[in-house]
Amino acid sequence: MTRFAIPVAIFVALLVLLGVGLKLDPREVPSPLIGKPAPHFELPQLHEAAKTFSERDMLGKVWVLNVWASWCVSCREEHPVLLDLAASGAVPVYGLNYKDKREDGLAWLKGMGDPYKVSIFDFDGRVGIDYGVYGVPETYVIDKKGVIRYKRIGPLTPEIVKSTLLPLVNELDRA
Amino acid sequence: MPRLLAVLLVAFVLPVSAKEAAPAAADPVLEKRVMALSEELRCLVCQNQTLAESNAPLAEDLRNQLREKMREGKSDKEVVDFLVERYGDFVLYRPPLKGTTVLLWFGPLLLLATGFAVLMRRLQRRRAAGGPGVSDAERKRAAELLAGGER
Repeated sequence: MTRFAIPVAIFVALLVLLGVGLKLDPREVPSPLIGKPAPHFELPQLHEAAKTFSERDMLGKVWVLNVWASWCVSCREEHPVLLDLAASGAVPVYGLNYKDKREDGLAWLKGMGDPYKVSIFDFDGRVGIDYGVYGVPETYVIDKKGVIRYKRIGPLTPEIVKSTLLPLVNELDRA
Repeated sequence: MPRLLAVLLVAFVLPVSAKEAAPAAADPVLEKRVMALSEELRCLVCQNQTLAESNAPLAEDLRNQLREKMREGKSDKEVVDFLVERYGDFVLYRPPLKGTTVLLWFGPLLLLATGFAVLMRRLQRRRAAGGPGVSDAERKRAAELLAGGER
């Protein structure tokens, strides 16, 4: 009986290892930006092209930056969550309209509701690259000093907002 | 017939290759550098492709960024660092050797060494046990068989 103990133990260990591996999401690449200052940008706003918006305008506030696009399918799924978050007033939500056409972006917000205080317009996706965006939607929480504290790749869900995002925002607000 | 073939080749193949080569013609040395470097980098959208192979819009944007940085006179290392700052070590097909990647680099070697050690120990134990034993009864029967005493 003991003859088989070691192979069986190895087999079970392997099974556990592979089982855990199956549950991991390979698309979720840990961002090197967490704990680093939010990269600088100065971009025209979506609604008013003449006005610009910069991450520096938000120093002293905890805020959420959400990367979205009208061509992005998962953004549709995420949109009600953002509307709820914005309506709750817990944290200001800003949008980065990523590689979109201005009229498409505006039409999307008109049709689905606009959770964003301001959306900025990143037509060539350059700011997106600075923020390490590769799978829209992505969401960042930025603290009062302008440091990125959290990044979510993929759509926000009510669970993530409740269990991760809001507690973090509360903690950062108190800091 | 060969002449017709040649004409067809010239008519169909040349324009295509000329079109594909257009961006490279602008600066072949730079283009070669861009392609060589993007072979080493992972496309984050389709993760099993390199930046060179991928047709994803993001890969195209990133290739353009590589090209632009190189044109500004940045070295390959500076360009790679630019991407690692944003996307992490994950963009590198050859991850750097550091604390968190030791297991990745030496894990297979460790497994091989462990397997080899186990094998050696087994063989040694078997040798110590005197190899496959043959009892006296078996010896006798073997001798009988060889002598043709039994059918």
